[in-house]
Amino acid sequence: MSLSNLSYILRRTVSAVLTIFAIIILNFILFRLLPGDPITLLYRSPALTQHQINLLTEEFGLNQPLWIQFVIFFKNSLMGNFGISFFYKQPVTSIIIPAIKNSLILLIPANLMAILLGMFTGAISAWHRGKKIDSTILGTSLALYAMPTFWLGSMLIVVALHVGNIPVEGMYSIGVLNQSAIIRFWDLLGHLALPLITLTLVLYGEFTIVMRNSLLDVLSEDFILTAKAKGATDSRILWRHAFPNGLLPLVSLIAISFGLVIGGVIFTEIVFSWPGIGFVTYTAIFMRDYPVLQGAFFLITITVVLANYFADFVYSYIDPRIRYR
Amino acid sequence: MNPLMNYLGQLRKSKIGLVGWGIILTFVFIAIFAPLISPYNPNAISGAYYQHPSMLHLFGTNQEGQDLFSQNMYGTRIPLIVGTTAALVAVVLGLLVGLFSGYFGGVPDEILMRITDFFLVVPAIVLMIVISALIGGTLTNVILIIGGLSWPMTARVVRSMVLSIKEWPFVEVAKSSNGSSLYIMFKHILPNVMPVVFANAALSVANAIFTQAALVFIGVGDVTDLSWGNIMHFAYINGTITTGIWWYMIPPGIFIVLLTVGFIFLSTSFETIFNPRTRRI
Amino acid sequence: MLEIRDLVVKYKTSKGSVSAVDRISLEIDKGTIFGLVGESGSGKTTLGLSILRILSPNASIESGDILVSGTNITRLKEREMRNWRGKKIAMVFQGAMSSLNPLMTVEEQVAEPLIIHENMERSLAKRKARDNLANVGLGENILKRYPHELSGGMKQRVVIAMAIIGHPELLIADEPTTALDVVTQHRIMKLFKALRDEYGITIIMISHDLPIVAEVANSMAIMYGGKISEVGNAREVVTKSKHPYTQGLIKSIPNPKSSEVIRGIPGEPVSLVNPSPGCRFYDRCSFRRDICKTYDYNPAVLDGQHKVYCNLYEAGKQ
Ligand SMILES: Nc1ncnc2c1ncn2[C@@H]1O[C@H](COP(=O)(O)OP(=O)(O)OP(=O)(O)O)[C@@H](O)[C@H]1O
Ligand code: SF4
Ligand SMILES: [Mg+2]
Repeated sequence: MSLSNLSYILRRTVSAVLTIFAIIILNFILFRLLPGDPITLLYRSPALTQHQINLLTEEFGLNQPLWIQFVIFFKNSLMGNFGISFFYKQPVTSIIIPAIKNSLILLIPANLMAILLGMFTGAISAWHRGKKIDSTILGTSLALYAMPTFWLGSMLIVVALHVGNIPVEGMYSIGVLNQSAIIRFWDLLGHLALPLITLTLVLYGEFTIVMRNSLLDVLSEDFILTAKAKGATDSRILWRHAFPNGLLPLVSLIAISFGLVIGGVIFTEIVFSWPGIGFVTYTAIFMRDYPVLQGAFFLITITVVLANYFADFVYSYIDPRIRYR
Repeated sequence: MNPLMNYLGQLRKSKIGLVGWGIILTFVFIAIFAPLISPYNPNAISGAYYQHPSMLHLFGTNQEGQDLFSQNMYGTRIPLIVGTTAALVAVVLGLLVGLFSGYFGGVPDEILMRITDFFLVVPAIVLMIVISALIGGTLTNVILIIGGLSWPMTARVVRSMVLSIKEWPFVEVAKSSNGSSLYIMFKHILPNVMPVVFANAALSVANAIFTQAALVFIGVGDVTDLSWGNIMHFAYINGTITTGIWWYMIPPGIFIVLLTVGFIFLSTSFETIFNPRTRRI
Repeated sequence: MLEIRDLVVKYKTSKGSVSAVDRISLEIDKGTIFGLVGESGSGKTTLGLSILRILSPNASIESGDILVSGTNITRLKEREMRNWRGKKIAMVFQGAMSSLNPLMTVEEQVAEPLIIHENMERSLAKRKARDNLANVGLGENILKRYPHELSGGMKQRVVIAMAIIGHPELLIADEPTTALDVVTQHRIMKLFKALRDEYGITIIMISHDLPIVAEVANSMAIMYGGKISEVGNAREVVTKSKHPYTQGLIKSIPNPKSSEVIRGIPGEPVSLVNPSPGCRFYDRCSFRRDICKTYDYNPAVLDGQHKVYCNLYEAGKQ
């Protein structure tokens, strides 16, 4: 590992840490925007007993000056302590952590499938630019890109109910949790199908469009002509020369599109009542469960920042021009 | 030549641009003449609840027995208003940040770009949901929230353009003949970034329309104002999807897709006409 | 070796059809260097690309024949043509800086023609690539490098190595020395001479730099506006130039020994969009006559190969 390599890693790390600090500050300010001070807010929550309120006030220093509150908040954020849920009356973390896990079960395969599909159809579309296959792929992607996730999900539910026995709600069937692991697994897969398709389709649109555009750029570059002049076949030109170069912008998009992915996840989860972080956020809004909302916001944004951070390294690994900078 | 005239002249040849304008103007027409097009008062009970689509109720009726066709026609207004005004806020902010940052460089640039990057990393939709949930999603709030959080993309694009325009000979000349910074920025640089800003603005409208619908759907927007998102919100919370009332949610979704695609096409037409090398679709 | 007859190549654009190569005929002998000189936009690259048949999709060969070693390649199927590219005919493109794939190492790229055409084993192809790079004066240390790690002169030589690795009969070099410093320019020129003298490769050298071409070329053609204006033995074209355009071109070469201000040829290069009949140089020619406006001339053959396409010289007469 060279020195410049090290300095690159260092720079990215510092910037990621600063971003996390900024997120904590933002989180603190946001939840102070609420009308009324935090203590009165606690009293408004009917679920809490006087004793619990006293404990919370003490723990978060809510009767202390603002800057001390901030210091406490900062420490708590870093240690993952977001207090007790108004609604569930459990530590926020114990609600959010399993939810994140459920979200990842949905998010990771959907994102991978969308990337793979988008990569290949985008490349094919660019190669056949202006032809019928191009307009079909481009039209589909554009429509999917412009489609609200929750609407697409709802339409799929309508179709699924019409077709028959396809689960459209939750992660497991009632009662299945007492069954064997294999039965639970198949049940999970069944429940995963529709949300997975929804999320994949929604993400697919954008990935395809970006891949197509980036490949169009690459195809007009001189080294493609060089490959042609060497006598390379069309498929060699496309897959060996153009495709890897076209991937670079896609990878950087994947890096910055976690925000987009999160948006898709939230709305997919709401429509299918998938007990992930998006669904938790949704119920927290409904129940005015501010500690959960705050914790969810923090964890979502931190996840995005970290994902971004690691994607940067993947990117610099793929592109030699960055690798050695 | 005047860029606007140039655009209008070339528009005839751009199929995408014509389709985009066609879609947008149709919806503007619907929004303006909603009272004439709608057979019923959208808020009045005009029949039994959950009626199937029929000649009486083209899109059927909702849980209250209100006419969904009329609701969808009136519901065109808010997306257009929020879309354009929020995009305006975003584009003006992005333009100012980009111009200032790119032109002056140095420490202000560094600070502004740090902030821009921060808002590019933090998932905007989540932030919008949380803020709307906390301060309440009235019409004005939603416009300000969407606009106030959607500027970073425009800022980045404008800044990188300013950086290159700054090096052009005529700007150098203007600088050396000691024109004031503000004068140079607005007289010489602004006109050259405008085409890109237009393309960005059209995309911002598409995004804002999309986001407004999402916020209302999830229940943090203004659910009392009629809009497509609002119709979908009530379709969802009344459980119509799983109870066989399939017709409720279809039209507003299709309208959103159409209008969004319309603005994307518009953006593409700006891009292709002002910068033919990027001809894509 | 190479014979081009009445070749016409057009680009379709939104402004109309561009006649980039307009009824060009040429003959090039085996084992010689042929210089193709003309200002920017005169159609040199287009002519080169037509010989490999890798024109952009909006271009087409409208008519004419291209014979390489007796085979009319305009008649070949795309699949057959592919076997010629990189093997019998190779090209070094204008702007070597961007002709290399940024994500492939030098070694992989230079070896690729062998892998494509000979189905050669990877390791063997790479060994040959190393030898070839040595031939153009590049050491082993660059084998594993990526293009962005090379200097301009290095890239240019990599591109040449890549073109000659398949032992082509015909090499088209498009502006191979532009953007290089003088020392590197001379090295590259020497390399081309060696390729001709040692391997008998026929080379078309495209450039807008007349003196540099004149240094190495056996014969040369001057192009203007998609047409040949003068062609012949390199020496003769330079010393006994007849065409007003060639004469202007030679006058505008800076002479390091005199302090005379260089005068370029006045006027703008002619537009090739739907050109009018008659001489392309009409607007800028100080010898023009009325007939030049409309009359589509035939070449006047001077002594031997020397031909001039101008109404001042009648066919067969001087
Ligand atoms: N892909 C294309 N589409 C449309 N017109 C083109 C295209 N490529 C070249 N042309 C036009 O064809 C004419 C000849 O271009 P060409 O590249 O062959 O010239 P050249 O002599 O190689 O010039 P240069 O010295 O600048 O490389 C020019 O007028 C150019 O504008
Ligand atoms: S043909 Fe006429 S116009 Fe053309 S170069 Fe000769 S004299 Fe000049
Ligand atoms: Mg050229």
